Amino acid sequence: MSVSSPLPHDSAPLHVTGAARYIDDIPTPPDTLHLAFGLSDEAHGIVVSADLSEVRAAPGVVAVLTAADLDRPTDVSPAAHDEPLLATGEVHYHGQPIFLVVATSHRAARAAARLGKIEIEPRPAILTIDDALKAQSYFEGGPLTWTRGDVEAALADAPRVIEGEIEIGGQEHFYLEGQAALAVPGEAGEMVVHASTQHPTEIQHKVAEALGLHMNAVRVETRRMGGAFGGKESQGNAPAVACAIVAARTGQPCKMRYDRDDDMVITGKRHDFRIRYKVGVNTGGRLLAVDFTHLVRAGWSQDLTAPVADRAMLHADNAYFIPAIRIESHRLRTNTASATAFRGFGGPQGMLGIERVIDHVAHELGLDPLAVRRKNFYTKTKVQETHYGQPVTGFVLPDIVKVLVDSSDYEKRRATIAEWNAESEVLKRGIALTPVKFGISFTLTHLNQAGALVHVYQDGSVHLNHGGTEMGQGLNQKIAQVAAEAFGVGVDRVQITATDTQKVPNTSATAASSGSDLNGMAAKAACDEIKGRMVRFLSKKHGVKPKELAFKGGKVHLGGLQLSFEDAAMECYEGRVSLSATGFYKTPDVAWDRERGSGHPFYYFAHGAAVTEVVIDTLTGEYRLLRADILHDVGESLNPAIDTGQIEGGYVQGVGWLTTEELVWDGKGRLATHAPSTYKIPAASDIPDTLNVALWGQPNTVPTIYRSKAVGEPPFMLGISAFMALSDAIAACGAAYPALDAPATPERVLMTARRVRR
Amino acid sequence: MDIAFLLNGETVTLRDVDPTMTTLDWLRDSRGLTGTKEGCNEGDCGACTVMVTDAQGTRGLNACLLFLPQLNGKAVTTVEGLAGPDGNLHPVQEAMVTHHGSQCGFCTPGIVVSLAAGQIAGETDHEQQLAGNLCRCTGYAPIMKAAKAAAQKPVPKWLQDLPTGPARRGLSQAKLPASVDALAEFLLANPSARIVAGATDIGLWVNKDFRDLGEVVFVSQIEEMARVETAPYMIRIGAAATVEHLRLALQDHHPHFARMLARFASAQVRNAATIGGNIANGSPIGDTPPPLIALGASLLLRRGDFTREILLEDFFLDYGRQDIHPGEFVEAITVPRDPGAPDRLKVYKLSKRFDQDISAVLGAFNIAIEDGKVQSARIAFGGMAGIPKRATAIEAALVGKPWTRETVEAAMGAITEDFTPLSDLRASMGYRLVAGSNMLLRYWLEDEGMATSVTGVSA
Repeated sequence: MSVSSPLPHDSAPLHVTGAARYIDDIPTPPDTLHLAFGLSDEAHGIVVSADLSEVRAAPGVVAVLTAADLDRPTDVSPAAHDEPLLATGEVHYHGQPIFLVVATSHRAARAAARLGKIEIEPRPAILTIDDALKAQSYFEGGPLTWTRGDVEAALADAPRVIEGEIEIGGQEHFYLEGQAALAVPGEAGEMVVHASTQHPTEIQHKVAEALGLHMNAVRVETRRMGGAFGGKESQGNAPAVACAIVAARTGQPCKMRYDRDDDMVITGKRHDFRIRYKVGVNTGGRLLAVDFTHLVRAGWSQDLTAPVADRAMLHADNAYFIPAIRIESHRLRTNTASATAFRGFGGPQGMLGIERVIDHVAHELGLDPLAVRRKNFYTKTKVQETHYGQPVTGFVLPDIVKVLVDSSDYEKRRATIAEWNAESEVLKRGIALTPVKFGISFTLTHLNQAGALVHVYQDGSVHLNHGGTEMGQGLNQKIAQVAAEAFGVGVDRVQITATDTQKVPNTSATAASSGSDLNGMAAKAACDEIKGRMVRFLSKKHGVKPKELAFKGGKVHLGGLQLSFEDAAMECYEGRVSLSATGFYKTPDVAWDRERGSGHPFYYFAHGAAVTEVVIDTLTGEYRLLRADILHDVGESLNPAIDTGQIEGGYVQGVGWLTTEELVWDGKGRLATHAPSTYKIPAASDIPDTLNVALWGQPNTVPTIYRSKAVGEPPFMLGISAFMALSDAIAACGAAYPALDAPATPERVLMTARRVRR
Repeated sequence: MDIAFLLNGETVTLRDVDPTMTTLDWLRDSRGLTGTKEGCNEGDCGACTVMVTDAQGTRGLNACLLFLPQLNGKAVTTVEGLAGPDGNLHPVQEAMVTHHGSQCGFCTPGIVVSLAAGQIAGETDHEQQLAGNLCRCTGYAPIMKAAKAAAQKPVPKWLQDLPTGPARRGLSQAKLPASVDALAEFLLANPSARIVAGATDIGLWVNKDFRDLGEVVFVSQIEEMARVETAPYMIRIGAAATVEHLRLALQDHHPHFARMLARFASAQVRNAATIGGNIANGSPIGDTPPPLIALGASLLLRRGDFTREILLEDFFLDYGRQDIHPGEFVEAITVPRDPGAPDRLKVYKLSKRFDQDISAVLGAFNIAIEDGKVQSARIAFGGMAGIPKRATAIEAALVGKPWTRETVEAAMGAITEDFTPLSDLRASMGYRLVAGSNMLLRYWLEDEGMATSVTGVSA
């Protein structure tokens, strides 16, 4: 049975031998040109003059372009048309591309890009959340507010009211392969673009727009990405468009890949948030009302901020029923790189807000935070609605938590830790269990569609394309297993090749954890269509009833007769049966009104929970993760090995976000942490000594592909347990609530511990 | 320059190479060996790890910080050269497939090469071996499983006894001197020449700042300068000894110093970076000067035939300024030894990330106690001033006093007399002062037998 087998990633043998090709590995003709951007060194200002003579004279430089040199205004934004490829007079952030260098080598282009003399008259720069609030610098005209119930009244009546605030830092994607694109001009104005992108259709659309072509003249191909995490949903537009423009002008292939420092300075990151909360509770810890203010630093352009900030609001409840809730979301425009999609897409920030509330409430009431969490869970027996009106069905978290509490020995360890801490002056341990409930579907409803193209060849081999992209998550492997299952053949019989806009059109980004849900269903639909034709033909030919046909074990069973799949394919071919089909899928039952904040935006929820234990050093703030236990809901897994990989990787990435990954901007809006020397993602020794991951294998309650669940984003938020464990350890230093901000760097841990101790 | 080396078993001879062409660019652009990846081009991600073998053994190095002349006379194995001649996967490659160790696959070649090099070198601490290989997808858990599984297997026979390269056939030339005398002579004649040792710092000037290094001279062929020799009353560290070499050599003499060095950058960087370079570049945040200062180390400087010896602490004059003259170079570092005295050196490294991070503060403490009193104290810090610097006020507050918590807590306050550190992206001034002074308390608490290390705790 192909589906549910823990098979290795289809590219694994290529990865380990260095044979897997990424954009920069594609062999190119010797006349290939290389591009680099010249960047703004001001956060906000007007370009007064641009002396590019030294750039032009630099060795290897072929051409230098500014916005004025382009044939038409060229936009690289995903939707709002507010991101010119090259700055047009005004610069909006430090690192904004101003000019484009075309040279004979990557190094020559980069070296020359440093030689531009751009005079910029500085304008006041809005860099921080506070700057933006003061200047009333908003997208969408002002805050968006969703309310359920009478929050004011509920707060006024609540026995206890607790207030607080948390700073939540952003996060750099740090995909190991930087942004990269290669454009190869064809005949009659056609353009082929190889791009490291989660969204080939958007690249196709933006390139066509930039070249004044219809989309049918542009083909975009994406074999694989060296990581993406949301950072290649919209951020790959600029290099791809730049390559296409120069390729069209010169008739030569053009390649652009950002150097790591350029990549980190130019491209957007996870939105940083400040979340204020005022919460009313009863003395038992039941939430009565929560009033949230989300302050979102969006950067200079809109990019995907609106849906990101929406999703933060949609996850402000996480797993808890909150009778009265108000969320006011401020999308603040600042002179910094435009924050963008990143695994979880606002969900993590929203979720951290409510987890912080729970932790704070528990501390004030002297309760175990887990008891407060359980008390406020949505109920399983009586279906309750979220604050946006969606019934919470299939809510398995109480069961997951029950099993995890036992398997992790949570209660006993919590008691042991308390005793240990009482005896330990310098070192303190902490433990926390946090749950995740994450909504699955694009909130922009029309994106919930996918297509696939399947061919069965006369030798019985299967070729498949779908609209999703491979970024390491094993999507192609899962889809291949779906197709193999459909035809009852081994997965080695199924070949999936690069995502190609000429094979499957009008694709959505591979994002929102939707890759296998959408494309798996589309692929299955195509397989089923072909299978149906085969069944009709073969049953008639062999005189058996269609329902007596079965595809399994590499054979087609026709009553008593058996045909190998390749013989069956040959018979169909010779019988003039079409063995090629497209498949299409659209998610049912989703509808959403974002202005009112009401509807049924998610097809279903994915769940999980994690227990993390940490130890901190109260002399320096250093810490280690000692143990983590995870139980995560993947429905009926399409591939348990790949799902486990997503869970482990997501957890560690989430831990990184909340611990060592600190983005530092200086007072001029320059990103000071623009390389791995200064920006610290988790290294091998940062993972817990013990990491136990188990899958909650119950089938999805809604009919998804083989009743599996999406797994890309939800596990990321399991990392919140590590942050709460750090908070728990710090709380052992004294009586005050730690009110720890994120990321909890050693410095922050030490300074917070000192405050608590005082 | 003209050089010769082995690449995946095949002899390569290059004429007139640009001395600052990196191995990474050359492999990818000139040889079409694109398995070796560029992830950061600054030695922090490990995606470009290659395996280099010479008379000293086999090790992983970052190809992005490895200039071609450094390969002269050595053997290089890239990810393309790991599989057997019959196409059999290397045990590490096989284990990485079986244990789902790759997701996006971009870091994978570097990880595979790192583990293969570690296997040959007999490294069993896989976390330490991989500290310099960043993976953003897997969270490392399956990679660790693969590492453990592969470690059970023998080094494949096709990688046993790798030829150490055409060592004698490496092309000899003035810019690749083979003796200290030849280096001294070259520098006397070319006093402005830039010495390239491990290139882990200079590589960044080339890759990131596009600096033209001008005249260069490489010390990678000078075996006599790469030794660490232990005599009864001193340890002599050749300036070209690598940090990894020093780490191994110090394990018996100053184990705490050696343990700190396991957190110095990454295996790949430690295999390249030299002690001479870590000192001579004058960085205020190099990790070897503070402990060496705390040990009372001296520097042997040489210009032509003239040598002079100064205390290491006197070498650092001011930020970016050292006591060294044109044509002069660091030949060796000597550390005094008293075989009869207990090792009292403790070194505390503090950084945002535990491994492979530049120190926010590094404190080295060497405090001798006699009859319950502080007999002598040598304390030096990195990251607290424009240079690695002794904490003379703290030392003065300790010497002669009873070795008690009161003495220690009083002395901690003297840190503000010694230092006015910067606030930067790594740490604030306040944090540096608090954490730096707390290190002294930790030293005392450890003397009292109290557990203070997060690495000593398990769930």
